[in-house]
Amino acid sequence: MSIKVAPVGNSRILSVGSYRPKRLVPNSEIVDRIDSTDEWIQQRTGIESRRFAGDDETVISMAKAACEIALKRAKLTIADIDTVILSTISYPFQAPSAATELINELGNPKAAAFDISAACAGFCYGVGMGSDLVRSGTSKNVLVIGVEKLSDYTDPDDRATAFIFADGAGAVVIGQSDEPRIAQTIWGSDADSRDAITLTPSFLDYKKNPTKGVADLGWPNISQQGQTVFRWAVYQMSKAGIKALEAAGITVNDLGAFIPHQANIRIIETMAKEMKIPDSVLIADDIRTNGNTSAASIPLAMDRILEEHPELHGKLALLIGYGAGLVYAAQVVELPPRP
Amino acid sequence: MHSPIEIEEDEITMALAQADVLAGLKEIVEEVAGIPAATVEMDKNFTDDLDVDSLSMVEVVVAAEERFGVKIPDDSVTDLVTVGDAVNFIVNASK
Repeated sequence: MSIKVAPVGNSRILSVGSYRPKRLVPNSEIVDRIDSTDEWIQQRTGIESRRFAGDDETVISMAKAACEIALKRAKLTIADIDTVILSTISYPFQAPSAATELINELGNPKAAAFDISAACAGFCYGVGMGSDLVRSGTSKNVLVIGVEKLSDYTDPDDRATAFIFADGAGAVVIGQSDEPRIAQTIWGSDADSRDAITLTPSFLDYKKNPTKGVADLGWPNISQQGQTVFRWAVYQMSKAGIKALEAAGITVNDLGAFIPHQANIRIIETMAKEMKIPDSVLIADDIRTNGNTSAASIPLAMDRILEEHPELHGKLALLIGYGAGLVYAAQVVELPPRP
Repeated sequence: MHSPIEIEEDEITMALAQADVLAGLKEIVEEVAGIPAATVEMDKNFTDDLDVDSLSMVEVVVAAEERFGVKIPDDSVTDLVTVGDAVNFIVNASK
């Protein structure tokens, strides 16, 4: 006997919202502790400033603010959301999940809710899953959130990372569509390079060494092998981007925008060169003023590029998320309509 | 008697010539980092003399891999301090 399933439908991004912490931190506030200069940081990364959240700006409060904007723009309320997918590596509890705290705060504690751990690729992982949940009929409206408070996990004395990471939140609502408006996700891992980006020690190290504390063992700050990550990001992720375009049946010439994870402007520019993205395509460069916010960087950059270039509403964009794991996900989406 | 000599000759023919690698590397460094090819000499330090930073160095290495058909692993990139280091690495890797 056959079982009943919903017919496969289509999905789209209905809206985007974001939250940027109040405090803007210029390079001049970072350089003294790492014996560096504003010029050096800008030349290596493109970063002029970043935002650090204050004590009153938590992973949840930032995510909530981004979600409320996205819901308003989609002309929905939290009661219309049946699924919440939240990507973060900086929620300070192993369980329960950040997503469940968020839905409780937002006022719909009954929605399906879970976190995903895919670091800087997490938002695109979430978009891929959210889209497929809507298409299969499991979910009707999905909130996908990327949120990070990486200032809690960044060593201000680390000359390789102190100037890179930042805080913020971005969210999209994914719902049903008459036509396909989110293409197939191309995703995967290169887990043999797990050591390229790490947060160590583990929590168990503190338990196993009860007489030692953070002063002895260190705090699980992010560390990364810059050249390895750069090489992988530029040359492997440009291939993933091309595959995502092929899966969508389009070429770079059909894009309105290229919105990759905002890791480093040099990665973004070299990746665009590798993919032969034409000058007609707008390339997100939110990294310059807001730093690398990991899972939050793509929705933050999407919201900004739509604000600065409203003609992009409804145009096609290529998203590529990539990061610790190493893991990646890329997809072509139609940018949300004008609110 | 003849066979070992023939093998050595084969090896010499297979390996890239140092002068050819240097010429190719000059073009790559000029294209990637905008450094005039004429200044790219064997004794020049990539960082101190040519201002090729760590990320540009990755671009140079990947372009060199494609051009010369060799593998330059991430672990070896930090050992390539001078242009001569890179040329010799590529020549050896091509043998």
